Amino acid sequence: MAALVHTEGLYLAFGGVVAADGIDFHLESGERLAVIGQNGSGKTTFINICTGFLKPTRGKVFFEGRDITRMGPRHIVRLGMARSFQLPQLFLEHSVRQCLEISAAARSGRLCFLTALGRSVDSREIEHTLELVGLRERADEPSSSLPEGQRKLLDVAMALMLNPKLLIMDEPTSGVASEDKHGLMATLMCALDERQVTAWFVEHDVDIVSRYATRVVAWTAGKLFADGSPAEVLESEVVRREILGTA
Amino acid sequence: MSRLLDLRLLTVAGSLLCLVLGLAFPWSKTPLIVGLCYGIAALGVAAMVRAGQVSFGHAMYACVAGYTVAFLARAWPQLDGMLLIMGGIGTSLIAGAVIGVFVVRYRGIFFGMLNLAFCMVLYSVIGKVYDVTGGTDGLRINRPTVLGIAFERDGFETALLIGTLGVAVVLGVLVQRYFQSASGEALAGIKTNETRLEYLGLSARKILWNGYVFSAGIVGVSGAMFALVQGLVTPDIGSWLRSGEFVFITILGGSGHAIGAFLGAAVFELVKLFAAAYMTGIWQLLLGATLIIVILVAPQGIVGLLLQKSAASKGGGGH
Repeated sequence: MAALVHTEGLYLAFGGVVAADGIDFHLESGERLAVIGQNGSGKTTFINICTGFLKPTRGKVFFEGRDITRMGPRHIVRLGMARSFQLPQLFLEHSVRQCLEISAAARSGRLCFLTALGRSVDSREIEHTLELVGLRERADEPSSSLPEGQRKLLDVAMALMLNPKLLIMDEPTSGVASEDKHGLMATLMCALDERQVTAWFVEHDVDIVSRYATRVVAWTAGKLFADGSPAEVLESEVVRREILGTA
Repeated sequence: MSRLLDLRLLTVAGSLLCLVLGLAFPWSKTPLIVGLCYGIAALGVAAMVRAGQVSFGHAMYACVAGYTVAFLARAWPQLDGMLLIMGGIGTSLIAGAVIGVFVVRYRGIFFGMLNLAFCMVLYSVIGKVYDVTGGTDGLRINRPTVLGIAFERDGFETALLIGTLGVAVVLGVLVQRYFQSASGEALAGIKTNETRLEYLGLSARKILWNGYVFSAGIVGVSGAMFALVQGLVTPDIGSWLRSGEFVFITILGGSGHAIGAFLGAAVFELVKLFAAAYMTGIWQLLLGATLIIVILVAPQGIVGLLLQKSAASKGGGGH
């Protein structure tokens, strides 16, 4: 069976900065992939290429063996690859609940014209998801009233509502209070297991990476330079020196 | 729930008021119908405002529908008024579908100006092809039968008033339901976050196109009714000034709820009537001042003010 995602020789430069330098990468179903690397090392660019937001100059991206290099985000999402953003992308004039409802309605690809939004989706599923990310108390408040950490959660929850095969999360715990991070990751991972969603997340917190990832890749200057189990990667000397700055 | 009830009551009260006024003072029928037509048109424009887009050319759909009514009525004088209106709506929907393909690619000022451009092209063409359209003199429309009944002038106006009122209420309900449906909420999502829409697998253009065609059809309804009540169509029905008035009413009334369009139209017509009676020379000044006050005091329009108030009283646990 083909890998869930694999890329061949992806190359993209912004002026003189090479953001993706011949990346060969693969991700199997069921993995929990953590991506580490300094700012500007190309982590988000790689996500943007895989989700169709940016087009690489060279190379190809495959999702379940299908070439998606030239597809736009919309089509790739429909194939089952959802994402959340480093800067949460919400509908700021809608309530928290409505944001999730629009997501749930979008999943079917067909939007009703006359049935009320709340009635065209499964309300139990919405409640369940609200509960999961701890936003039930604030469900009827406008999403713009949420603090940054909860905006992040809502952003992840909106992606999750699509029931994707793969969920890519760009720094899901940044902006979340550090004592809440573990609880949040634990619930998220639990939800992903329940739905059998493969996860790929960018994360800076070593504790979180070692605890929740089954595999870690380290990024530097548009290249993958370490790839393996959390123990291997986080203990390797070069990663400690270059990325974690602890050696 | 109390908030919805209030607006429902307001709708019923407003409709009754229109009817009573129209029946008690026959001279008020025409201004009432015209006001309702403006309200219907603003309803269409409001759908675009929900998506964060302001069209300065929507009068072209009233124009398309109005001229369709005139052409049909002249070609087949025996055609019923209802069929004429249907024909007008049909052509405005088709025009909206075609022009929509181009304009939904643009946002903000480009969307507004592109609509204006289409509107002005139509306006000048109609003014020039005198043989077909009667140029700036326009086309006269003989009074058609309504549902097979031939009316005298007064009866015809009463029938039109009742018909327009009915259509206004039905369209208001329809538009409000659309606003609250998945499509309508996604349309409002265009205003705040197109990136997210795309990453939910939705096409912002498709959603906007749907809304655009819908709004063109609604403005078409107003144009067709307007043509019938006037018994005449001139290019002015599609002038950019008219488009501006629709936008004016939409902003005045607010796009938070469908009833806003009619509240805006009522205020607009009242101010115009008042100004025509007492301040003939400076009626534009009065309108302008009204708009400035509304924008400063209630940026969400009259309906925004109403919703805010009822939300506040609900939140305070009051009555």
